[in-house]
Amino acid sequence: MARRDLSSRAPLLLAAVIVAHVLLVSAQVGTAGGPSLLRTGIVGLVTRLQEGSWLAAGVLRSIVDGYVALWHVREENARLARDAEALRGALAEARASASGTEGLRALAGVRASVPWTTTGARVVAGSASPDYRSVTIDKGARDGVRRNMAVIAQGGVVGRVAIAAASASTVQFVVDRSAAVSGRVERTRSEGIALGNGDATLRFEYLSATADVQPDDAVVTAGLDGIYPAGLALGRVVEVRRAGPAYTRVTIKAAVDFSRLEYVLVIVSPRQPDVAPPRAGAEEGG
Amino acid sequence: MKTALGPAAFLLAAVLLQGVLPGAAAGAFVDLVLVAVVAVGLRHGRVAGLASGAITGLLQDALGGGILGLSGLGKSVAGYLAGVAATQFIVAGAAARGLVFAGGTLVSAAGFMGLSVLLGLRRYDHPLLEAGSQAIANAAAGVLLLAAWDFAPSVKRWAEAAAERRRKRRSFR
Repeated sequence: MARRDLSSRAPLLLAAVIVAHVLLVSAQVGTAGGPSLLRTGIVGLVTRLQEGSWLAAGVLRSIVDGYVALWHVREENARLARDAEALRGALAEARASASGTEGLRALAGVRASVPWTTTGARVVAGSASPDYRSVTIDKGARDGVRRNMAVIAQGGVVGRVAIAAASASTVQFVVDRSAAVSGRVERTRSEGIALGNGDATLRFEYLSATADVQPDDAVVTAGLDGIYPAGLALGRVVEVRRAGPAYTRVTIKAAVDFSRLEYVLVIVSPRQPDVAPPRAGAEEGG
Repeated sequence: MKTALGPAAFLLAAVLLQGVLPGAAAGAFVDLVLVAVVAVGLRHGRVAGLASGAITGLLQDALGGGILGLSGLGKSVAGYLAGVAATQFIVAGAAARGLVFAGGTLVSAAGFMGLSVLLGLRRYDHPLLEAGSQAIANAAAGVLLLAAWDFAPSVKRWAEAAAERRRKRRSFR
């Protein structure tokens, strides 16, 4: 009976839900306050489940990877029987790499080279929606992680902490459509704002008409946004379009491969460095 | 209450599964949560579709770090319309189902993109292309999901019959 009542009032429910959503969105737009208790509660709760599913997916992936690797090794063995020992070595290396030790080693190298206090974190879940480019990490407010702290990885800037729950945080990538970073062309010191495109690229805007930007120029953070320290690698210019003196489109390919993130570093102390920060692209190998 | 547990578990599974999809490949196009919302709307009616869209949208916004309600608005309407479509039309064939999933995706995308652009939060260079490609991907995923859903009882019956045969064989020995 109650179900029939609910069903007959479905159009009213729809209207109520639409109005509630509009009010909810309106209440959050233009406020400078931090994330709501509701949001941090949801992140804290769901992250536990996400961590479990991420681990399960990792096991599944390693089984598939292991099977594929085994298949390749067998093929190689058939063709190059004399190189069996070398192939075993390669397989061991692939296994070590699959278990994430390589990523950890690389991150330890980055940690030693940056002049800020950082805390390492593991990626425990990807984005819950294709509309957002973000990941969840296993460090939160309890570990000293706060909202708007910069997050870096081996290649350069990853993004910022968007929500810090008790023991997990959501990191918004710099390539998210609603992300923005103040950037600087390393070669010419020309400054602009890099805005996420939602894929692996950013568009560089608010450039002066007299700015000199060329393809393959390295772009680093300018440190003017109050989130990212200056000098961190953001990416490289891959496209420059001009109409007369004005730039119509400058596209940057992000320095970090966001699809392969396993470990990241959160800059917990954004104090001004005493020594020069690492050069842009230093980890990119060219 | 008991009938709500199944769809709730199904939706939660979709949220978790979306989180483990590789971002650069499938995760960037397929919205498994939206697929699940439309599937719930088709199977359980417009109220269930509406509620599941609102709740999962809220979850996605909270987890993604966006403004709460942005995803929920479009998803609620998509879930509701899927429920309406299920009662007004025969949505049994793959083509009809694909159309409902694609339509639901377009409605959801219109809500999300529309609000985002209206509030100046995001900019889309090719909104129609993006919504269209996601609609195709979601339609394919949705059709496969419902086909598996239809096939599940047959598999269950087959598994039960096989277990029964094994039990009889064992007792005969």
